[in-house]
Order: sequence, then C-alpha cells, then structure tokens
Amino acid sequence: MADELPKPEELIDVEHVPPITGWMDTPVEIRKGMYCYAGNPKSLETLGAPNPRQWNPTDEDWKLPDNWKEIVFEGLRERLDKFRSFKVFMDICVRCGACADKCHFFIGSGDPKNMPVLRAELIRSVYRNDFTKAGKILGRLAGARPMTLDVLKEWWYYLFQCSECRRCSVFCPYGIDTAEITIIGREILNLLGLNIDWIATPVSNCYRTGNHLGIQPHAFKDMLEFFVDDIEEVTGVRVEPSFNRKGAEILFITPSGDVFADPGTYTAMGYMILFHYLRDLGLDITWSTYASEGGNFGFFTSHETMKRLNAKMYYEAKRLGVKWILGGECGHMWRVIHQYMDTMNGPADFLEEPVSPITGTRFTNAKSTKMVHIAEFTADLIYHKKLNLDPSRNDHLKVTFHDSCNPSRGMGMLDEPRYVLQNVCNNFYEMPSNTIREQTFCCGSGSGLNAGEDMELRMMGGMPRANAVHFVKEKYDVNMLACVCAIDRAALPALMDYYEPEVGVTGLHELVANALILPGEKKKTTNLRGEPLLGMEDEDAE
Amino acid sequence: MGAIRQLLSNDLEKLLIESRAAILQEWFTLVVETYPSETARFLKSQKDPFANPVGRAVRNGVEDLFDELLRGLNREHAGALLDPMIRIRAIQNFTPSEAIGFIFFLKTVIRKIIGKKILERNLSQEFYAFESKVDDLGLIAFDIYMKCREKIYEIKANEFRNRHYSAFRRAGLISEVPDDPALK
Amino acid sequence: MNANYMYSLIAVIVLLLLAYVGVAGLHLEVLFGIVFPYVAMAIFVAGFVYKLVGWAKSPVPFPITTTSGQQVSLPMVSPARIDNPNNKLGVVIRMLLEIFLFRSLFRNTKFEIKDTNKFSYEMEKWLWLFALAFHYAFFVVLIRHLRFFTEPVLLPVQWLEKLDGFFQVGLPGIFLSGFVLMAAVIYLFLRRVWIPQMRYISLPADYFPLFLILAIAASGILMRYVAKVDIVNAKELTMGLVTLRPTIPEGIGVLFYVHVFLVSVLLAYFPFSKLMHLGGIFFCPTRNLPGNTREFRYENPWNYPVKIHTYEAYEDEFREKMIEAGLPVEKMPGPEKNLEEGEKE
Repeated sequence: MADELPKPEELIDVEHVPPITGWMDTPVEIRKGMYCYAGNPKSLETLGAPNPRQWNPTDEDWKLPDNWKEIVFEGLRERLDKFRSFKVFMDICVRCGACADKCHFFIGSGDPKNMPVLRAELIRSVYRNDFTKAGKILGRLAGARPMTLDVLKEWWYYLFQCSECRRCSVFCPYGIDTAEITIIGREILNLLGLNIDWIATPVSNCYRTGNHLGIQPHAFKDMLEFFVDDIEEVTGVRVEPSFNRKGAEILFITPSGDVFADPGTYTAMGYMILFHYLRDLGLDITWSTYASEGGNFGFFTSHETMKRLNAKMYYEAKRLGVKWILGGECGHMWRVIHQYMDTMNGPADFLEEPVSPITGTRFTNAKSTKMVHIAEFTADLIYHKKLNLDPSRNDHLKVTFHDSCNPSRGMGMLDEPRYVLQNVCNNFYEMPSNTIREQTFCCGSGSGLNAGEDMELRMMGGMPRANAVHFVKEKYDVNMLACVCAIDRAALPALMDYYEPEVGVTGLHELVANALILPGEKKKTTNLRGEPLLGMEDEDAE
Repeated sequence: MGAIRQLLSNDLEKLLIESRAAILQEWFTLVVETYPSETARFLKSQKDPFANPVGRAVRNGVEDLFDELLRGLNREHAGALLDPMIRIRAIQNFTPSEAIGFIFFLKTVIRKIIGKKILERNLSQEFYAFESKVDDLGLIAFDIYMKCREKIYEIKANEFRNRHYSAFRRAGLISEVPDDPALK
Repeated sequence: MNANYMYSLIAVIVLLLLAYVGVAGLHLEVLFGIVFPYVAMAIFVAGFVYKLVGWAKSPVPFPITTTSGQQVSLPMVSPARIDNPNNKLGVVIRMLLEIFLFRSLFRNTKFEIKDTNKFSYEMEKWLWLFALAFHYAFFVVLIRHLRFFTEPVLLPVQWLEKLDGFFQVGLPGIFLSGFVLMAAVIYLFLRRVWIPQMRYISLPADYFPLFLILAIAASGILMRYVAKVDIVNAKELTMGLVTLRPTIPEGIGVLFYVHVFLVSVLLAYFPFSKLMHLGGIFFCPTRNLPGNTREFRYENPWNYPVKIHTYEAYEDEFREKMIEAGLPVEKMPGPEKNLEEGEKE
C-alpha cells in the first residue's frame, strides 16, 4: 500500500531543491502585495525631483532616461566620495552571516535576498564591477556583476523591502549598517525617478503645506479644536492650544499622523491635556501649522530632501522667537533630529539650551540641537513629582512596550518611556529580551512602507514583533501595546488586527493623559477613547 | 467524528504513538522545505522562538495537530492549532494550494514510516479512516486560509477608512468624502 | 560541487604547484625567496595605505552611531556608556571591545522559554568562538614568526612561544596556535559549505583566503613537524630580507619556498580583498563616533544650502484661509497684492 498511492507532496508543485542558480542569476520577480505603487509624477514635480512620469513597477518598461546607467554610475561615484560609511561598507563585509537572520523581513518572508548581507551585496556587486580593480579584472570571481535593467529592478524591489531599522547593524562585527546602504541606494534610485508614492506624495505635501497629509493651516487648527471638544467631553476641562504664536517659550512639533488618524489622535489629545495641566505651572508652548510635521519622509528619499523638509523646524523656531523645541513621539523623526538636524540645518545659535520651565532641569544632552523629546520632558516632570497621577485609571490595561527602531538604535532612548509607563500604569510587562530595546523588532512598516498595497510585506515584516506580543499576551494577558512612534501607531493596529486582535495600540502620552488628574475635572468614567474605566462600567458614560 | 474515533483502533493508535517522533520530524522537515533551502535551514536550526517565529509555528503546529488527530479531531481545537501556521503561510509567497498542502504531507510521511507495519498488522481500514481525518484537517485549513485572506483585505479597507474617515468626521466633511476618497 | 569554492581551491592548488615547480624544477629560488616577498610586501604596504587613504578621503558627513544602549539623559535612567558612548573614552572602550572581543558578534543573545519543553536552549556562539580563535591564533603565529626576523629574538616573542608551546609533548614542542588556526579555518570553511544560507551568500572571494591560509598553515606545520627544513638557513634567508642583504642559503627545502610564496600571495592579495576589514573597522562611523549628537554639533564638510519652502511662501499661499481661521499672519493683505519671492535658497 505504502508504495502504490501517489505521494501528495508530489501533486503540489513546491520546490524542495535549492535554486540551482546562485543569487546573481535569479532574476527578481516583482510580486503583488510586496511592493508599493510608483511615485505620482505630480509629487515629484513639486519637489523638482528627476524623471517625473507615470510608470508601473510590474511593467517591462520603467521609462528610464536613456543614460540611466551613467546616472547610476555617477550617483555611486559621488556618494562613495561623500560618505565614508558607504565606501567602507562596500569594501569590508566578510559575509560572516551574523546579520542574516536578524532581519524581520527575512524572518517573516523567508526570501534569502532579504538577508541584510545579500541586500547589500545587490549594490556591492555593481560597486565591485565599476569601482574596484579586482572586480574589473576577475568579474564574477570577485563577486562583481554589471548593472542591467534586471539588477536595477532588483535594487528597487529589495531596497523598498528594508525598513532602515538598523537591527542588523547591532550584530555586525564591523558595524555595517544596512540602513545606510538602503538610504544611499534609494537616493540613487531617486535620481532615476524610482520612488514609491507612499513616500513621494507625503514628501511633496510636507514641502508645500507643512505636513505629510497636506492638511492646510486652517484645517490643522480645526482638527486640534475638535480634539478640544472631545477632551472636554471626557474630562470636563476645556484646553486651549495656541498656534503660530510669536514669543512663546517653546515650539511643539509632532508627526501630523497623530492629528489625523486613530489611535494617534488620542496621543495628540494627550499632549494637549498635558500642556494644559502644565500651563498654570509655567509652560508657555505653541503649535505651528507651518512646521506641523515632525516626521520626515525626505529621510527615505535622499539626504537633500531630508534637509529641505527638516529646515522648517529651525526656520519656524527662529521666526516665532522661541527658546527651544519640544518634539512629540515619533520614530524616524527622532533619528533625524538626533543624528542629522543640527549638522544639516544648525547651528541653532538663536535658541537657548533647553530648560524645563516647570522643574528647572537643564537638558544638557540636547544643549546643541536644542530639541527635547517629550518622553524625556515628561520623565523629568514625574521624577520631580510635578504631575498628579492616578495610574489606576489605566488599570483596565495590561501594557507592554514596543521600542521603535530609530529611538532605540539611532538615539538610545530606552528607559525614559519605560520610566513614564511605570508611573502612569500599574500593569506593565516586558516582551522577551531579544525583541526589545536595542534588539527591538520593527513594526514591519517603517521607512515609508506603511502603504495599503504592500500589506503582505507588512504582515511578514511585523510577524516577529507580533510573535513577541503573542507571548506576553498569553503569559500576562497583555491587551495594550504602547509605543513612541507615529508610524507604529498607524501600522501596529493592522498588525495586531491580523495576529493578535485583542491587543490595542497606544501612544505613551495617551496613557499619561488618562492617568493625569486635572484640576477642575469632572468625575472621570471613561478614558479618552470613551472606554469605561475599571469599576466605572456601570456609570453612565454619558 | 465519533464514528471515526471508534474506527481508529488501539492498534493503529499505538503504532502512531510509537513512531510519533519520527513522523513529526519528517513532517516538520517537509513543511519547512516548502521554503527556499537557505531559509529552510534557518527555520530548522534556529531554536529561539522569538528569532524564528515561523519555525516555531511549524514545529508547534505539526506536534499539536498530530496529537489532535490522535485525540479525534475537534474542529475548534484543530482550527486553533492550525491558525498560527496558516496565518503565516497566507501572506507568504505561496499559492493557496501550497499554503495548505502541507497538511497532506502527513499521509505520505506515515506511509513511509509505518506503512509496512500497517499492512503487516492488517490495519488498512483504520488507516483509511485516519486519512480521512487528515482530509478534514485540510478542509479546516482551507477555511482558515480564506479567513486570513479576507482579513488582509478587511485590514486594507479598514486602514484606509481609519486614516481618512475619522479626520473627515471630525472636520464635519464626511458627506463630501465618497467622491474623492484619495483627497490628498 | 560548488563552483565558488572549486575555483578558489583550484587557484590555491595552482599557486602551490607554481612554487613547487618553480623551485624544485626550475631552481628559481631567487624569484620565490627574494623577489616575490619584496614585491608582495611592497604591494601590501602600498595597497593598504592606498585603501586607508581612500577611505579617509571620503568624509563622514553625519554622526550615524549605532546606539546599542541607553543614552545619557536624566538622573533616573542609567546610561550604557560603552554601547552608547557619549564621550571619547566610551568610544575607545567600545572599539577595543569590538576589536579584541568581537562584542557585536557575541551579542546573539538567546531567550529560553522555561515553561514549555518544546524548545531547548542552544548555544549559538560558535561563529563568535571560532572567529575569535581564528584571529588570535593567527596573531600568535604572526608574532611567533618574528623569531625569524629579529636577532636576538625579542623577549616578548620568547615568552609567547613558551605560552604557546605550553603543551610540551616530545620534540619539537607543539605550538598550539598553528593547530587552532587550522581547526578554525576548517570550521569557517565547513560552515560556509554546510549552512545553505551561508553557501548562498558566499563568493569565491570568501573561499580563496580560507584555502590560502589553510595551505599556509599546513605547509608551516609540515615544515615544523614532518618534512623538516633547515631552520638555521631559513633564518639566514629571512634575516637577509629584513636587513636588505638578501641571500639564498643552500638546502633549505622546497616546502619553505612554497610557504613563503603563499604568504607573499596573501600579502599581495590582502589590500584588494575583504581582508581589509582589518583596517576598515577603525573607519566605521557606526562604531567610532559617540552618541552625544544632540549635545555637541557635528560638522559636515560638504553641507550645502538647499531650496526650502519658506514660511513666507507658505503664508502667501494660505494667508486668507489663515486669517479666516484666526491664525496670526505676518502680513495683513493690503490693497495691492504683495508679491514676494516664493522660494529662497
């Protein structure tokens, strides 16, 4: 019997054998669900970006300029001369494989070209061919291959499957940072007009209207005023945010995503409540409609575009005459601020070294850039016991904390948000140690990949994170995933919806605001989301 | 199910339990080999459940499913056990048949490992009954697969709505939305 | 068969034969014992310097430190002063740990689930261990060879020899380092062949140095323990090389020339290969910069002005809506439309 019946796995066409061809000979297959739509030509035009046109990644013809190979070559040459990082990373990888299984996209997708080493080799192979003697003489034997249209497509496909999270760089014995390689690779692709729309259009919007979503100034103000009503409904207190106010002491900048979409909106309300609470203690702060975007998708486009968008922060701070800038919860925004802003657009000598007007603490760690993270600011307030908190108001939540890639590996802000969390809620549980802090797993949607059309890619990339959440959910009944990043707040709800539907997503300052006892507040029966507080289920939640 | 349960004689059950480890190892291997070989090795060897969630889901999945089959296949239990594996495969680079086909590998594996003994001990009837339970499992897997795919589309729709709807609602613009949903 | 390592294996075998035939058959001792070593050394030094200068010529525009730990910020948090250094001292310690202990490679921490028996904890530090063994063994072998280039032999070299020859079994004394080096190279090779994902990413350029070093170590070990060469004459040759009075003493043995030739190839190959990670690690901006980038401004030498969308241009576009919404504006619209430059450098 055993031998007579057909073997089912023979009926299903699944490849068990390794690909006979090596990776250089395996052409890219652009698969649905794994890529984002091409950049809208209008958005490219707004920015004066090269080669704006309608094109489709699945088409044979990408409508490239005739001299595209020359552009790529020159692009590589220029960047090798301008970035030591890039030059060194092109030369010194020994392919030890330590990074191979550290990438969430490799873990989730199983596609070998998502191993960071191979992602980088896609570019290195061309570098060797064009720029090294060994590559020129030995060709394939030295790991070199010429640039072709297939190679270019491969670059595009896999460079937009990297979320620039830097997890691999933590494990690399030489500190090779795939994010840096991806950043520069994307910069070169942009020279040919090969951007994705989920990046190009926010960048163009941000350039013109000040924020990714293209919210015009009056609408931005309207949005926050709707929050004022919502806040009053829950707390009975009417907060009064101010906008574009000259002479304020502090300028507040946060990602516009939080003004626009749930659950980020609750975090935005959280900021407003905190600022209102602190007003009587001496906080003098203003929002800006011009610099109404903390995020910077220019970072995912090119260094120049990043600088053009980021310039607004200092520009506006100077115009308004503030003393320093407070920044909201965001991931890549903070890498830009921490590692790029002062260098690109500084020195900010028209600002003063940040001092908390409430506690008098000097934020010496931000004394040159003059921009403080709100988690640092709030942690300092709590440390000096300036906030009247009732953490039991968050007792219906069992919270875990997702470190965002950029604040972790591009800044090192790990314990400030934890300090705040532990003071505003009673149930806080950590995920496994190799999935948090500097080893945190990406949400799977960073670096401009949180579009709708690449949902499969996002679900694959987010799987290691979801898996760690699953663990704490099973073990501690965790039902809330806290984070300090607007892309997380946009992307993680979808991830949780797919893998762990009972787990919600919240920003840190939503929890702060829910725990904060406001002077003159009414009896609170619900949190900002309108969900009843523990023990208040029977109260009329009006 | 009850009838099948009875058909599964103690003899076959004993045989299956005796060879449990070998069957599971082989089944696991076949499932991970549906991935590219570079990946398969990683899935097999990386033991850390957080560094290797796919491998973990497969390993747990095959073990638990096998035991569930021996227990008599409760639809709800089986669904819960299948879910993590199917949920992952539903978004990976698999056709629907590839995504759930791994279940039927179990039949071949059992034939290969204890097929001779089944013949020797005259347990073919029982084994056919067991196989039909495997088929049931395949059908359950198909349901889950479809739910996962539907979920993906639902998430896409929800996310779009969530990104735009609440803002428009707050702005009192909601009646104007449907004509130009992109409204960038 | 894997073409990638076959090519490399063949290349090393050809090199071996070349030296053997050259010396044993054609008696080109001068070429293999004097010319090639000098040329190789020259290529090595020039190539190494060329590469370092090449890297150094490209500036580091941004301080892109990989922050692998808590920043220095407030009193309630304790900073990771090594993994996220905020000063030069921290950077130096971080680099030293990286260079001498391969700290990042060691970081493959594992998590064990204790409440289920499905997973067992598995030590996966083999790569770290063998990489470390390989580099230290290589280093010790290298230092030991100073015996052939100094007269009298430096004291530290003698000490190291004592330590290395700790396992004295008969004569000549066994030097552990050579065998560790061989074992580590073999492990690093097998790892590339056995692990499919490693095989997939490996290039001929990954196998070639492994085979070359293996052949060097093997010929060295053979010379010392099996096919003994005249060590006194060998030293006469090597001393001749360093004192720039090269001579070819009689009867050293072919194996010696094969060994020297392979070393020459390694030296000449070094600067053009991934082996340059030896120099590159010092140039890596993700490791050699402090994370104090908000505290101190970092200069980009090629920072250039860019086109930005100014507030003025923004207000010009939205002024009426802003006024209507009660937002403050810089310019109230007068009877004449005030045209202003929209964009500014």
